[in-house]
Amino acid sequence: MTEIKASMAGSVWKIVVSEGETVEEDQDIVILESMKMEIPIPAESDGTVKELKVAEGDFVNEGDTIAILES
Amino acid sequence: MIKKIVIANRGEIAARVIRTCNRLGIDTVAVYSEADQNAPFVSMADECFLLGPSRVQESYMNAEKIISIAEKAGADAIHPGYGFLSENSRFADQCREAGLVFIGPSSKVIEHMGNKIAARQAMKDAGVPIVPGTDEAVANVEDAKKIAETIGYPIMLKAASGGGGIGMQVVNTDEELEKAFDSNAKRAQTFFGDGAMFMEKKLDNARHIEIQLLADQHGNAIHLFERECSIQRRNQKVIEEAPSPFISESTRDAMGESAIRAAKALNYTNAGTIEFIMDEDENFYFLEMNTRIQVEHPVTEEVTGVDIVEQQIAIANGETLAYNQSDIGRVGHAIEARIYAEDPETFFPSPGYISTFELPDGENIRNETAVKADFTVTPFYDPMIGKLIAKGADRNEAITALKQALLNYKVEGIKTNIPMLLEVVDHSQFLNGNTTTAFIDNYYLPMMKTN
Repeated sequence: MTEIKASMAGSVWKIVVSEGETVEEDQDIVILESMKMEIPIPAESDGTVKELKVAEGDFVNEGDTIAILES
Repeated sequence: MIKKIVIANRGEIAARVIRTCNRLGIDTVAVYSEADQNAPFVSMADECFLLGPSRVQESYMNAEKIISIAEKAGADAIHPGYGFLSENSRFADQCREAGLVFIGPSSKVIEHMGNKIAARQAMKDAGVPIVPGTDEAVANVEDAKKIAETIGYPIMLKAASGGGGIGMQVVNTDEELEKAFDSNAKRAQTFFGDGAMFMEKKLDNARHIEIQLLADQHGNAIHLFERECSIQRRNQKVIEEAPSPFISESTRDAMGESAIRAAKALNYTNAGTIEFIMDEDENFYFLEMNTRIQVEHPVTEEVTGVDIVEQQIAIANGETLAYNQSDIGRVGHAIEARIYAEDPETFFPSPGYISTFELPDGENIRNETAVKADFTVTPFYDPMIGKLIAKGADRNEAITALKQALLNYKVEGIKTNIPMLLEVVDHSQFLNGNTTTAFIDNYYLPMMKTN
């Protein structure tokens, strides 16, 4: 199980996967908006999205868990 | 006469407007979000009012709240700065309906220039050259491909209501166009509420050169010469200078005349900027008009000696322009570097806590700042934390002063683009004035890869 963490503070602009979905390494999980820029947060490995910890519009701090992947 | 101004903005531009107001004896009112409660511009103003939560829709984009604060404070005018509500024609109307002077042009001209397709047409009608491209919105990707056949790649795909580099992409092939069309239209719909797209030929080795205009309410218009703003990353400017190191005196005159012709055709009032794109042979084409003060206005102030904010207020007061065209001269050279809170190689933002903040000084150095030491840069707004402006008798002197000032600029706690700026101003191509919009891609990024 791996936790996908926010690489910087920002708000969740878009969630591009759903729970239960299989994803590949480097596939975007969510897109944050920080300082007027879109910041994609990708999966670090192949796996299945077990849980999404955020909703669109949520504010996250650097290091906050965004999703949990099961490999 | 304007006696009290609400600044409907934040950061360095709010501080900049307050400084001129102080000199003119005009009272100032700052409005701020929760994230900005400790920001320098708030304490600089004579009065300050909390707008609301940090997100822009609940603070700096909340037109009704800003107007109600202006009424409560007994202000008679609103300065919109740049970004936020500055090019929102509805806001300009709302201010005037509330009996407040909006320091900017008419809502009609804001709306007209805000639609890039309509703006292209207006310039064409005024006899100002425009980039080869479409006269109407492109309906779908199939039509886009047909148009691409006539214009020829590379093509700039742009959102009609876009700005700040959003909804804009270079495409080189049909495949790239197919991929980019819908995604940019969608993004433009999200950001600007308008998904209309148009296409322009992308010029090779292009430069971005703009003309600063001032126009009063009595039909007088003058220009304050050009600014060259070709050094950009993510389609946003990083370094701007005046004069352009590239253009000849006759091109300079022709651009100024074109810009004035456009201003008069539009019945433009207040400060505005016409942005042109220029090819290697000094042919210039209209890109867009910004109906507000620009971030990079200080370089023009430094070479002409004109305080643009002061002129904006005088024009809004209904005064006749204080200058004729022949009164406007240029002395020396000025360069501005934008200091961004971002990674100098990936250009990703770097919000966070600033522990140390020390500014360079000197008689050839001007600082415009949004932050201070012991201050947190939040992720809610643009990453620009300051602007460093250096001047000199000539371009080399200005570059030398800028380089030294960048070395003395101390920001600790967050990443900034200062290392990148130092590489750029030290690069032989920059020193030679070879400052095209491809500079970062052609010279800076390859250098980062080899390191």
